[in-house]
Amino acid sequence: MNGKPLVSIVSAGLSKFGKREGLYARELFAEAVKEAFDRCPRLEPKRDVKAMFVGHMGESYEHQGHMGAAAADWTGLLNIPATRTEAACASSGAALRSGIYAVLSGLADVVLVGGVEKMTHRSTAEVTEYLAMASDYPFEQWHGITFPGLYALMATAHMHKYGTTETQMAQVAVKNHHHGTLNPKAHLQKEITLEKALTSRPVASPLKMFDCSLITDGASCVILTKPELAGKFTDQPVHIVGTGQASDTIGLYERETLTSLQAAKLAARTAYDMAAVKPENVDVAEVHDCFTIAELIAYEDLGLCKAGEGGKLAESGETRLGERLPVNTSGGLKAKGHPVGATGTAQAYEIYLQLTGQAEQRQVKNAQTGLTHNVGGSGATATVHIYRSNQQ
Amino acid sequence: MSTLEPFTIEQFYKFIAQGKLMAGKCQKCGKIHLPPRPLCNNCYSQTFTWTPVPSKGKLLTYTVIHVAPQQFQHLAPYAVGIVQLENGAKLPGMITGTTQLRIGMDLTVDFTACDNAQPWPQWPRYCFKPT
Repeated sequence: MNGKPLVSIVSAGLSKFGKREGLYARELFAEAVKEAFDRCPRLEPKRDVKAMFVGHMGESYEHQGHMGAAAADWTGLLNIPATRTEAACASSGAALRSGIYAVLSGLADVVLVGGVEKMTHRSTAEVTEYLAMASDYPFEQWHGITFPGLYALMATAHMHKYGTTETQMAQVAVKNHHHGTLNPKAHLQKEITLEKALTSRPVASPLKMFDCSLITDGASCVILTKPELAGKFTDQPVHIVGTGQASDTIGLYERETLTSLQAAKLAARTAYDMAAVKPENVDVAEVHDCFTIAELIAYEDLGLCKAGEGGKLAESGETRLGERLPVNTSGGLKAKGHPVGATGTAQAYEIYLQLTGQAEQRQVKNAQTGLTHNVGGSGATATVHIYRSNQQ
Repeated sequence: MSTLEPFTIEQFYKFIAQGKLMAGKCQKCGKIHLPPRPLCNNCYSQTFTWTPVPSKGKLLTYTVIHVAPQQFQHLAPYAVGIVQLENGAKLPGMITGTTQLRIGMDLTVDFTACDNAQPWPQWPRYCFKPT
């Protein structure tokens, strides 16, 4: 592999993230898709878009499955092949991957990939139950282990093995909330202090409320095409130069290690090799900070630091906007929000903005190479994508 | 083979109800499966024997859950952990009988169901107690 573009992103869209009362998932999805169409006036949607993949995790929220067809119907793309992809919180990372398969297969020249989730109309107890469905039922859910509980099990193990502290985890929350203040589409746009994070109420020890991502409504999408066709639609494409996806045991308890995600490491290795990119070449990254500990483990699994040094990297401030390697400039799942099915392509949306110089007040200067890291469940699915600007 | 109980998760819990912790052992490659599986993920054999698993082990990691789904709210806060049993197999579950949790502590599987509030699928819920 030599880092050649696999596919090109010619447009992207994101709904406002937050508590979107009175809207159905398909309506939120239409909001994201309209932005993507408006950004790309040379695209004629009904003529050009040949297939759609839509990440959506749960039927339980709206008593609605079959989101692929519903999304095509509500976005004026009726009759094209439209398929829902489900890989828990990596559902739209899997949609993006599926879109790449479709374009590279030659079956569809232009593919819309995205994701959506409508969550906030449900109680915290209900959402806790629905999210837990991404874990192992007979040995995890059955024993009362929640989703925050699974990441808490990893956090306890990481603290014990490497000396990672609750303060280092809280620093991820403070940073990502700061980035969220710079993103008008973020669910929460306010700074938090370290003290506030550290004294928030317990969810699953050692994780507290401010270690957890938000229950959010939102939708996202990107439009993919063959690199040789990108110029037909835009003068400013972003190229995907590496893609990796891997799986692991559905139950956390069966893994060889509790302090890293093997699927993420495998997906990253595949994507880096394909892209001919090394971790130190990455200018901006969106990682799956469903919990603060997950961002620390992501730093390690992606090779942004050594195993066990994620806490120290967070503490150093180097992953803050304006520093060496800004991570989660969008605010991440922590502040932008985590409508689970939408997260993977929402990360791709942020990297698209960064690599086309459209990220406004949170723009990373001269960003040329970007990375997204999307995790499903407690790590049973991971997707990693690497992006390059058209200038490079 | 036909006289043996099926190597399924349901059968694992039927043994739990009898106070037994049982794993499947692949007759072809020797791999021990806890939980049991009807298809060996190592060699694809479908032939197994039941083998007892030691009920003592050490705590690998733990958390105390405060925010719980509806059916567990009456228990919250409650402790859960992953225990590595003496044969190396790992099993998650609730930890009762202590609030002094630490990695490496000795725990034993307790077959007295911690809670039977949920009607389906009517499995007994084993838990761990200090040895």
